[in-house]
Amino acid sequence: MSVLINKNTKVICQGITGSQGTFHTEQAIAYGTQMVGGVTPGKGGSKHLDLPVFNTVRNAVDETGADATVIYVPAPFCKDSIIEAAESGVELIVCITEGIPTLDMLEARIAVEQNGVRLVGPNCPGVITPGECKIGIMPGAIHNAGKVGIVSRSGTLTYECVKQTSDLGYGQSTCIGIGGDPIPGTSFIDALALFADDPQTEAILMVGEIGGTAEEEAAEFIASNVKKPVAAYIAGVTAPPGKRMGHAGAIIAGGKGTADDKFAALGAAGVTITRSPAELGLAVKEATGW
Amino acid sequence: MNLHEYQAKALFAEYGMPVPTSRIANTPAEAREAAQALSTDRVVVKAQVHAGGRGKAGGVKLVDTPKEAEEYAESMLGTQLVTFQTDAKGQPVNTVLVEETCDIANEMYLGMVIDRATQRVVVMASTEGGMEIETVAHETPEKILKAELNPLVGVMPYQCRELAFGLGLKGAQIKQFSQLLGGLCKLFVEKDLALVEINPLVVTGSGDLICLDGKINIDGNALYRHADLEALRDKSQEDERELRASEWDLNYVALEGNIGCMVNGAGLAMATMDIIKLKGGQPANFLDVGGGATKERVAEALKIILSDPDVKGILVNIFGGIVRCDLIADGVMAAVAEVGIDIPVVVRLEGTMAAEGRKLLDDSDLALQSASDLGDAAEKIVATVAKASGASA
Repeated sequence: MSVLINKNTKVICQGITGSQGTFHTEQAIAYGTQMVGGVTPGKGGSKHLDLPVFNTVRNAVDETGADATVIYVPAPFCKDSIIEAAESGVELIVCITEGIPTLDMLEARIAVEQNGVRLVGPNCPGVITPGECKIGIMPGAIHNAGKVGIVSRSGTLTYECVKQTSDLGYGQSTCIGIGGDPIPGTSFIDALALFADDPQTEAILMVGEIGGTAEEEAAEFIASNVKKPVAAYIAGVTAPPGKRMGHAGAIIAGGKGTADDKFAALGAAGVTITRSPAELGLAVKEATGW
Repeated sequence: MNLHEYQAKALFAEYGMPVPTSRIANTPAEAREAAQALSTDRVVVKAQVHAGGRGKAGGVKLVDTPKEAEEYAESMLGTQLVTFQTDAKGQPVNTVLVEETCDIANEMYLGMVIDRATQRVVVMASTEGGMEIETVAHETPEKILKAELNPLVGVMPYQCRELAFGLGLKGAQIKQFSQLLGGLCKLFVEKDLALVEINPLVVTGSGDLICLDGKINIDGNALYRHADLEALRDKSQEDERELRASEWDLNYVALEGNIGCMVNGAGLAMATMDIIKLKGGQPANFLDVGGGATKERVAEALKIILSDPDVKGILVNIFGGIVRCDLIADGVMAAVAEVGIDIPVVVRLEGTMAAEGRKLLDDSDLALQSASDLGDAAEKIVATVAKASGASA
């Protein structure tokens, strides 16, 4: 078992004929993901990377039976792409694109919620179940099938988690990059709930960062709902207040959202915390006693 | 992107919100003329900088004559204003706002922000005007009234009335407040704001509402559809190196330490700063070269880091996902050769083609140390920089 995606997940790509869509679809196919088609308005009926291209997401889903869609469409068009996906019948939308206006996301989320679809992202590396299905831009080779569920707001820091848990021989059940934006489709709590119910996931490694109170809310959730060992790291102890640190969501505002607050909340919830990003794997070891 | 007070007030006026009559001045003579042209004898002259806390820092002054306005403008223009929100250098004052005064019966607060917890645009109002809203939130949270907006319908008249009654407004003020808030919400959505504050929102002696100050932050991701707002950007208020970095699509934030960092990915960039600190060093900057790190951008990033005279060593930390580490190594070597770095550089490469990248660095004549993992890299650069500064001290 794993969460969100597995070897049976059928995936389409929105923006498949663009450079990002093409490159990452090739990578996904090479990894073994069941890519079944793509969408580029106006190019319906053609083939790209040997996959059928459709004009609309609804056509693509109807014709291919896709369960999931991945979006590589430029930011100005993502609100439309996400809402189109939400109303097409897919169960999972993974939006990789960064730089989507926040107000667009507020509106897109309404459509996602109304249709009961799960959105992961935007501005995220995607989701991978090692050895089975890769949806997103992460390097497949560093992942190993295993027992740690990883959830993170950051891309490359997720890779760090993967490498360190791979090096210790634990492997990963599923890795979910929830993205660095203020309005994410999937929250820490959503991901934690999925991992808590997944038999393959024996421990959870969570990587947060400064800004907002998502980690504090996650801490409350863990305290009352998660029985599995959880290890956590928060990036941005050294970040100055009021400055945006790359991610639109990473900003300490009015003394709220500091790394220290988040460490304290997680520690109080019984989570094994580490202040060193070089000891993410070791924190899992400590949390589990493996 | 932040706006100046005068720019925010111009937008308020455009959306039918009441603001005092004012003029801007870029020279002392213009300040005198502005004071002469306004209808009140007493006017207020306010330094226009991208920072709060101007009043306490001496950046706001009430004056009684045009001559005084000129003198005060003379003393402010061309200087750096240091407030509790700026760094030690302060922000340059290139413009002052000269504004009519009014008698103030009561000061309130009105603001709007995108609330991440509720995933909604939230209006906040408080009777505690003139104070930092964070202080009010901390000390007397019950004094902050909130209204969450449904994105599909925007602000409802009942929400305006509810807040107005909650603020203790009466009679015609209820309608005035509703109109004002209606305009503010329209402005927020149409101009893609991330934050707007009116602090204070004033009730005048005659019982009318007026926006006495204005602060606006615009969602940077939405600027592509607001050319009019982009034209309001005042680059003089931004850090020189941060500005240069933004022109190369690099995310750079200056800090006060001496170890420069170049990293791919925002989270990993923050983590790299954290581990430098954890190992006893001080990071000089946050720098995310992004996913598409080309040789040119790597070179430019190194140049920006080196333009900070405090930097005594550099840590390059790349976790190649899609980016190939051998190409990054090439970029680093080319940049080092081009820029001529004479301070220690530690390079940690991981991920796609990392072994090849490391070999390229090890085989080069350049004074680069390679590191095996993040902990090792941080220890090496901290130790090297400490040794170098110990030797020179």
